[in-house]
Amino acid sequence: MTFLVPLPVVMPLLGAALTLLLLGRPRAQRWVSLTVLTATVAVAAMLLIQSSLHGPLVVEVGGWVAPLGIVLVADQLAALMLVVSAAVTLCVLVYSIGQGMADGDEETPLSVYHPTYLVLTAGVCNAFLSGDLFNLYVGFEILLVASYVLLTLGSTETRIRAGTTYVVVSLLSSVIFLVAIGLVYASTGTLNLAQLADRLDALPDDIRLLLQGMLLLAFGIKAAVFPLSAWLPDSYPTAPAPVTAVFAGLLTKVGVYAIIRTETLLFPGGRVATLMLVTAVLTMVVGILGAVAQSDIKRLLSFTLISHIGYMLFGVGLTSSLGLSAAIFYVVHHITIQTTLFLAAGLVERRGGTTAMDRLGGLARLSPILAVLFFVPALNLAGIPPFSGFLGKLGLVQAGIDDGGALAWILVAGGLVTSLLTLYAVARVWNLAFWRAPHPEMPAADDAEQAARTEGAVQPQQSLATAQTGAVLPGLMIAPTVALVVFGLVLTLVAGPLFDLSSDAANDLLQRTPYVDAVFPGGAP
Amino acid sequence: MSPNLTYVIVVGVLVAAGVTLLLERSLTRVLMGVILLGNGANLLLLTGGRAGAPPIVGSAPQEEMSDPLPQAMILTAIVITLGMTAFLLALAYRSWHLNGHDEVQDDVEDRRIMDLADRDEVPDDDVDGDDDEESPTTDERQLSTTAKGGRAG
Repeated sequence: MTFLVPLPVVMPLLGAALTLLLLGRPRAQRWVSLTVLTATVAVAAMLLIQSSLHGPLVVEVGGWVAPLGIVLVADQLAALMLVVSAAVTLCVLVYSIGQGMADGDEETPLSVYHPTYLVLTAGVCNAFLSGDLFNLYVGFEILLVASYVLLTLGSTETRIRAGTTYVVVSLLSSVIFLVAIGLVYASTGTLNLAQLADRLDALPDDIRLLLQGMLLLAFGIKAAVFPLSAWLPDSYPTAPAPVTAVFAGLLTKVGVYAIIRTETLLFPGGRVATLMLVTAVLTMVVGILGAVAQSDIKRLLSFTLISHIGYMLFGVGLTSSLGLSAAIFYVVHHITIQTTLFLAAGLVERRGGTTAMDRLGGLARLSPILAVLFFVPALNLAGIPPFSGFLGKLGLVQAGIDDGGALAWILVAGGLVTSLLTLYAVARVWNLAFWRAPHPEMPAADDAEQAARTEGAVQPQQSLATAQTGAVLPGLMIAPTVALVVFGLVLTLVAGPLFDLSSDAANDLLQRTPYVDAVFPGGAP
Repeated sequence: MSPNLTYVIVVGVLVAAGVTLLLERSLTRVLMGVILLGNGANLLLLTGGRAGAPPIVGSAPQEEMSDPLPQAMILTAIVITLGMTAFLLALAYRSWHLNGHDEVQDDVEDRRIMDLADRDEVPDDDVDGDDDEESPTTDERQLSTTAKGGRAG
């Protein structure tokens, strides 16, 4: 079954080429993208089943033997990430098709949307599957370059401004990553992750610490960990709703995945555990305080995104099996929920013409289905029992209490406070945008600049027009949001098996031998 | 293997110049910074491998061959940097087209929230805004002052 492993990378890339050839034919483009992503979901699911039954699947690309050539490895963690991210990208694709059809942008420059979106998917899958540090860098670059294009779609003034910050910060993190790769190669003579696992152990402590620090710094920027997170709320909210949703769901999680992979496989022993725990609590608390201060739904959600990255770091920083498995569970939960919330925010923008909370109101009465679609994932994010957000946080708190250290207790407290403040933040959105009386009028003149800002972000005239005419939301935008909300609820129902899976994955990660043995059946050279 | 000191100094100068330019407001200068920084990183990669004869089987004894892998990685990195340079140039041009300059602007919404905090107001008309509104905004203020420091420098 190893022939399946490269498919999640190859299929979207071929699909991107095909959609590029079909530039003038949006209908054909849509079908190609849908087919490719559906196939990717199926392949990812098969990879997950295979890897959990038979251990990691390994492919040597081009037939070159392991340390010489590049390997792709689908172990349980990678396969689990693939399944969730493929499912999420598929839903967001349907949503964006629905949005495009409703707006009638049949032949706008947005025809580059489909190829770019597929390239983004290929980059994400490549990063998850890569068994080679430089290939991981290439995966990151593929997804980043695609994200630059998606973020600046239409190149309006606000998007150019936001895109500039995003591009420059991402470039900086890429350079840091590249330098780290150069140093790793200079000190060990290999970039194969499995071989590195062996050779890094033999290095002097100070050199290992330097390499670990460089890699963490690069991944920390990509994952938006607190002192390195300021770029995120600046750039994400200006993009079109589906783009923001898929970025929020996937891009930061690829960074978290890279942190999990390198911290367990390359640098076990948790020597920077204290640093990770401190940044975790700072990320959680500072992020959520930022969310509380916002008056725009998309920006508020961007800050909750940063804040909840802290939970995942918390689990990784504990270095225990339970902590790691709770972190993996939390990544799965958070990809789903954060994407759903951004899609719901996109629907709010379409219905109300804006996402500024002070100019919204009464959506619960005007559009009950939208209210449900926001309310359920919002409670899930805040960690209300019995949702998966609660279970993930419960696992982390349990792991923190098992750890028993003073810092772990501070993190448990920080996690609970963050959970409460998340509830406060989403409850504020609920009160202002959904529950209070409908806002009497559209923006007054003095708000014009800001109105142009938020509305310019998505189809300038149309969103205003729909708001004024009170048009119904397109079914093709509602359906994928419903699907993701249901998916989030299913995560709650299958939480038992999912937790088993994530603790299996965590044990494999901590042992390291399943991964290394799969790549080098005869022992690392 | 000991790294060549000249290489290391050149890398240091390139990175230092790159970082300085990166802190500028004008996007064209930022672009120059990115290019210098990228070249510095590429040279650093090159110092990671052994220097020597061309790595072609039979042309030299194996111990005297250079290490081809860093060179291959640099080629990939150069291609990526080329693409990014083109994209940043397009961004700078578009920014100049829209605004008449290519300076990187502050986040409008961020500044609005900061102004609200300066006037000690809550972001909207909900009445229960209490003390926890204070701390994030001071954080943001600190961030923004460092950003302004970067602008001056």
